[in-house]
Amino acid sequence: MLPYIINNSIFNMPNLFKIKPSVGLLSLPYSFVFIFFFFIPLVLTFVISFWDYNEYSIIPDLILENYRYIFENCFSFENGMCVTFKTYLSTFMFCLITWFFTLIIGFFVAYFLAFYVNSLTWQIALFLLCTIPFWTSNVIRMISWIPLLGRNGLVNDFFLSTGLTSTPQEWLLYSGFSVVLAFVHLYTLFMIVPIFNSMMRIDKSIIEAAYDSGANGFQILWNIIIPLCKPGIVIGSIFVITVVMGDFITIGIMGGQQIPSIGKIIYVEMSYLQLPAAAANAVILLFLTLLIIWIMTKMIDIRKEL
Amino acid sequence: MKKNITRRNMLKTSTAAVGAVAGAGLLKGFPAIHAADAPVIRYLGTAVNMGDAVQKRLFDDTGIKVKFIVKTTDEVVKTIFTQPNSFDIVDSEYFSMPKLVPSGNLLGMDTKRIKEWDNVTSAFTKGEVAGKKIGDQGTAPKKVMYLKGSNSKEFASEPTQHVTLIPTVYNADTLGIRPDLIKRPISTWAELLNPEFKGKASILNIPSIGIMDAAMVVESMGEYKYPDKGNMTKKEIDLTMKIFTEAKKAGQFRAFWSDFNESVNLMASGEVVIQSMWSPAITAVRTKGIPCVYQPLKEGYRAWAAGFGLPATTKGRQADICYEFINWYLSGWVGAYLNRQGYYSAVIPTAKKYMESYEWDYWMLGKAATADIMSPEGKKLASKGEIRDGGSYEARMGSVECWNATMDENKYMVRKWNEMIAS
Repeated sequence: MLPYIINNSIFNMPNLFKIKPSVGLLSLPYSFVFIFFFFIPLVLTFVISFWDYNEYSIIPDLILENYRYIFENCFSFENGMCVTFKTYLSTFMFCLITWFFTLIIGFFVAYFLAFYVNSLTWQIALFLLCTIPFWTSNVIRMISWIPLLGRNGLVNDFFLSTGLTSTPQEWLLYSGFSVVLAFVHLYTLFMIVPIFNSMMRIDKSIIEAAYDSGANGFQILWNIIIPLCKPGIVIGSIFVITVVMGDFITIGIMGGQQIPSIGKIIYVEMSYLQLPAAAANAVILLFLTLLIIWIMTKMIDIRKEL
Repeated sequence: MKKNITRRNMLKTSTAAVGAVAGAGLLKGFPAIHAADAPVIRYLGTAVNMGDAVQKRLFDDTGIKVKFIVKTTDEVVKTIFTQPNSFDIVDSEYFSMPKLVPSGNLLGMDTKRIKEWDNVTSAFTKGEVAGKKIGDQGTAPKKVMYLKGSNSKEFASEPTQHVTLIPTVYNADTLGIRPDLIKRPISTWAELLNPEFKGKASILNIPSIGIMDAAMVVESMGEYKYPDKGNMTKKEIDLTMKIFTEAKKAGQFRAFWSDFNESVNLMASGEVVIQSMWSPAITAVRTKGIPCVYQPLKEGYRAWAAGFGLPATTKGRQADICYEFINWYLSGWVGAYLNRQGYYSAVIPTAKKYMESYEWDYWMLGKAATADIMSPEGKKLASKGEIRDGGSYEARMGSVECWNATMDENKYMVRKWNEMIAS
């Protein structure tokens, strides 16, 4: 949904008025929802990020203090990197690693579903299997990792009993590793769905023609399937990246609350009623996320490809 | 902000109108409470200690129903600021008072309308337990208890008729340990950073409470003696966070926790053997059959206290119902219920009436249990012969060192805490 919204509603707003009146009318209800519950709150967030605040209220003002505060000590590297840079760096790393693994796994799962499973019933059944991670609540899912990855968990039991290691491995849980594992486990589905969708649109006769012309499996994959799946890949990537950029629950629980995230900083500021500071952080986060998406949509024109 | 004020005034007027109607009802001779069908109180709070049994009993005794608006401690504070008319009664903590009272959103509560006011424990009213002064660093209740008047935004230093909150429940918090995995006595807060427990310690990631536990540790390590742990200077915050940052970098902590259930899981799974913990979390670990001790430490406890407040606009019948609810709450049945959960009731003599003598001996006097001790839900908490961790009320509350607090340098503290997490 997200890339669609961005392409149609924000960047191409004037187009809305050029199209046929009946289409404009049809899109009216959604436009209203979009304007009132997304656009206006966003504008308010932006405005409040320039306000002042005290312990118990926010004060209309036009100050840059909230932004200055975020980047305090960020441009002198005497004491190492500042919190803000460190936090964004760690978030970008999670994005990149999660994106890489969800893409590789998601692509091949989608490939299998689209080209090797021929019956629709089986495709649906296997799709449902992919949604299993979403069947339980976030909290229960997170807690369930402990018996698997914990100090006395199954994996460590296996390591110890087979003599692979002599002491329990602590990096398995409450570490960068476990955060990435949870992300990949959860969000691979977001890659599978759009890529699968792209693959199903590929005309099978193109592949047959390539095969008949003597192309081998890898050549077909590289020269035909991947280029035709680009829109799906980009949409999936946008899903994964936006979710990981704003996440703080998974990073919090799987990282043992010891790994910083922008979401957590915003959350803490909000709970201490430092709303303008939280708004400023949110604006920066939004800006960076949109920037990434913008770059991705520049690489591939999704609208054209669709 | 201006818009907000007009809205509040409007609501004020409309509540007054409701009050007038209710007053008219009174003149006709109907009792205030039963004038209409089952009055409903919108109860804003964490509701951690309000089970179904309490609601049922309340309805049977008074005909009042409660509708819960359950939020976390921080969200409760936020709601009082941003939606001061979305609730009828709020269950808040005393350490939020320095933030809340200046906003004028809470009513100064009239102690003359509280039947048991004279029996409220001296830990609240005077900061004493059994005639002995207890630690008052941080936001001790007595500092933020009294107001200069019913609409005052200032605290009074001497007892007055009007108070910020009517106290209900409080406790003394300490570290929780796994005795079966530590296998030696623990007696000081400094053990939290003992390298012996490297990778097996935890502290809570709620800055305003975590900083207090951190200060207890720093002081007991002999690194620094704070004039007031509950109101640190920037320098003191830096020092405290430096020590914890170093410990974190050295891998002392397995994890931090921010949710009650996380602390239970860390402890029950053995990932952590020593950590900051809350009393009901200890109970939760123990009811799984896993040994867990709420370890008394020689430096004393970090205490917290909560009570009921009313929105500033409360008037007439609405006020009558709320005061009736509070009087019922303090009349003993709930007090006994709270005591059995390991908390303490603000009015001890009434709670005693509703407890069996063996229960009283175990929970309040620190004597060995003469029968199995059950939780209010009927789960076994302790076997015959066991003694409560920390002992009697006087031993536990008498050793309070500091209270949960809101510091003057709160903003700076939160920032430094975030830096520690990011390090």
